[in-house]
Amino acid sequence: MDATEIGLWGVPLAILGGAIRVSTPFIFVSLGEAITERSGRINLGLEGTLVFGAMTAYAVAVVTGSPWLGVLAAAGAGLCFGLFHGWICKFRGVNDIAIGIALMLFGSGLAFFFGKPFIQPSAPDLPAIAFGGWSNIPQVQAALNVNVLFLIGAALALFLWWAFRNTRAGLIVRVVGDSSDAARAMGLNPNTVRLLATGVGGALAGIGGAYLSLYYPGSWTERISSGQGLMAVALVIFARWNPLGCFAAALLFGGAGALGPALQSVGVTQGYYLFYAAPYILTLIIMIATSSPSRSLAGAPGELSITK
Amino acid sequence: MSGTIVKKAVGVETIGMTMRFGAFTALDDVSIKVPAGSFHALLGENGAGKSTLVKCMMGFYRPTAGDMLVDAREVAIASPKDASALGLGMVYQHFTLVPSLTGAENLVISREKVPGVIDWRKERAALAQFMQRMPFKLPLDVKVAELAAGEKQKLEIVKQLYLGRSFLVLDEPTSVLTPGEAQEVLGLVRDMTRTGDLTVLMISHKFHEVTAFADDITVLRKGRLTGTGKVSELSHKQMAAMMIGDQPIAALDSRAPVPAGARQVLTVKSLKAPDRTGLKSIDIGELDVKSGEIVGIAGISGNGQKEFLEVLAGQRARNAGDVLVKGSPYGASRSEARTLNVRFIPEEPLRNACAPRMTVAENMAFRTFDLNEAGKPVNWIRMSAIRDYAARLVEQFKVKTASLASPISSLSGGNVQRAVLARELTGEVDLLIVSNPCFGLDFSAVAEIRARIMKARNAGAAVLLMSEDLDELLELSDRIFVMSDGALVYETPIAQASVQTIGEHMAGHH
Repeated sequence: MDATEIGLWGVPLAILGGAIRVSTPFIFVSLGEAITERSGRINLGLEGTLVFGAMTAYAVAVVTGSPWLGVLAAAGAGLCFGLFHGWICKFRGVNDIAIGIALMLFGSGLAFFFGKPFIQPSAPDLPAIAFGGWSNIPQVQAALNVNVLFLIGAALALFLWWAFRNTRAGLIVRVVGDSSDAARAMGLNPNTVRLLATGVGGALAGIGGAYLSLYYPGSWTERISSGQGLMAVALVIFARWNPLGCFAAALLFGGAGALGPALQSVGVTQGYYLFYAAPYILTLIIMIATSSPSRSLAGAPGELSITK
Repeated sequence: MSGTIVKKAVGVETIGMTMRFGAFTALDDVSIKVPAGSFHALLGENGAGKSTLVKCMMGFYRPTAGDMLVDAREVAIASPKDASALGLGMVYQHFTLVPSLTGAENLVISREKVPGVIDWRKERAALAQFMQRMPFKLPLDVKVAELAAGEKQKLEIVKQLYLGRSFLVLDEPTSVLTPGEAQEVLGLVRDMTRTGDLTVLMISHKFHEVTAFADDITVLRKGRLTGTGKVSELSHKQMAAMMIGDQPIAALDSRAPVPAGARQVLTVKSLKAPDRTGLKSIDIGELDVKSGEIVGIAGISGNGQKEFLEVLAGQRARNAGDVLVKGSPYGASRSEARTLNVRFIPEEPLRNACAPRMTVAENMAFRTFDLNEAGKPVNWIRMSAIRDYAARLVEQFKVKTASLASPISSLSGGNVQRAVLARELTGEVDLLIVSNPCFGLDFSAVAEIRARIMKARNAGAAVLLMSEDLDELLELSDRIFVMSDGALVYETPIAQASVQTIGEHMAGHH
């Protein structure tokens, strides 16, 4: 059977499959950034962390033969990047956005430098679970072939949503993000909390990178990310710093990203390149639609430098 | 759980408390005694050492010399943690609650020991039980950002009690409350001292509050103890004398009657503008201010006064309505302000009316730097003219500054306000718009600034005065409006004004 046999149904199916496949890095990066931003800091360097994570995971997987060790190594590398960002930002007069941009370039550059020898060899893939076994249509099977990291990401979103209200750590992150003064009055050190929050955010972004190189697209190249780390940061803002919102927005982006290839596969030959731009156009539209010139963003952490 | 046991009130004493910052002595040998279960007021001007004393007591500062006694036993307080372990707590002037958390979340997270995973069902039950013993009723499931100022202040106090504190320092606790709310909060706190559950040390400026609620007072001036005694045995005049010593206080000009045919200077008609959340809007039906009168606008902060002022100052776009000055439409452009003689003194002048890092001279020349003697625009600016002009005003308005070339941010609050007044009140003034001109200033600066405003009025300026200080409005205004929920809800001529009625309208009870 081929695409023409299920006709135009192939498009929504491909979008669904794409949403699940493409969204995973968005989920991890945006959840990580949500944690960091809830603590009152913004880390734009996650793009660099994502690329470096992808390279690290791929390299470790090639050398050890275990993709899971690769994921672990990527998380570790991401943690280091996050902690570095958090550590620099504690000094007076340091701007978190500027440091983020520097780390973005630094992370990518470092990844290209160390990653050169790993462009050729191939690494083992991360396992996926076939939820489409009940169907004999290959498109359905392909769409429902779900990677384990996607499921972990979904569970993590749910967990963070719960944890922000029901755990001590969650409340502390929110306190620090909303009012440094209140945090200090409680005897908390905002810098320490932000350091840890940025570290965890970096680790999650590293895992997002591991997914890129070890599952989809599944190889290490220098153009592996194409700005996904930056888009995920924007995504956090219109998800209103809500982990469940991040998850939903990541799916939406994944789906939009799959629109171009899906249309191409059902034989639309003209203008499908335009649909490759769908996620970016979507970003613009949602940003414009959800903001207002006379009102500040609802739900923004009070200490965040971009919304202050 | 520490929160459920309210300890009995403790008494606190300081002996010879001294604090030096380098060569500067902020606090000089101050001994005060606050017996258990008493309501003690600490009076003094800005910079008199009140907050230094309190910070030494609470462990924020380490005093250069002096001892603390709690329940007549000597204690060492090296940090705020030590203070809270002894049951000493402080309610700050600004709120320390986290706005995006609910009341319950705020209370639980401020506790010393919080479990890793919070069992909300259990916590809610414990909180409900705790709140039953509190004199305050508060909604705990609402985000703190959505609470009214009075409720926030109550929650701050409740938080301290929840944490098991039995000696509370209240730092100007009523500065953000309506008269009604202030009465209620202080009344409830005083009841708790009467039953012996709490000891209170309140920092205050307001004599009438001190007289109504406190048992004893201590007065500081320039870091020294200048008086102490029972409230029942002291008059306001005696308290004021202890506070300010023998420095002269500028007297208010007597109020010249508003001439019958005074022309209308400012007219505002059905003005609509969005407020800062964008969810509500302000709606000023009709407001006019005549030459030679002061029209006061009262209201709790956050009821649209700031937005109204921003519209008048051209900082906020309006959706509909007219603003006329002397009959011609006014859009707050520089040329309109110049030809119509409109002057503006916003609140927090350093932030809203100055460029903090530019010099005193430059800041004072903002209105005139690009004009020559004949009032025509010039292309080349002469620094010497700016300096001469500023030197004249500095002398005339008694601005204390190290030099004309120092940045204006190095001046004290009172002197920044004097500099801004000098700039705005020099030349012809037909309309003067003023907002909270005396916030945070000391006695003599307040008296002087009010006298200047009154002088401008008597010289024929129309003055629109917005203030959160009702006493100030009652002292200066000819007519008072109350702004509540974005609209002017009440108007009264000064002769018939009553604090009670105005307070009720401020709280929106009509």
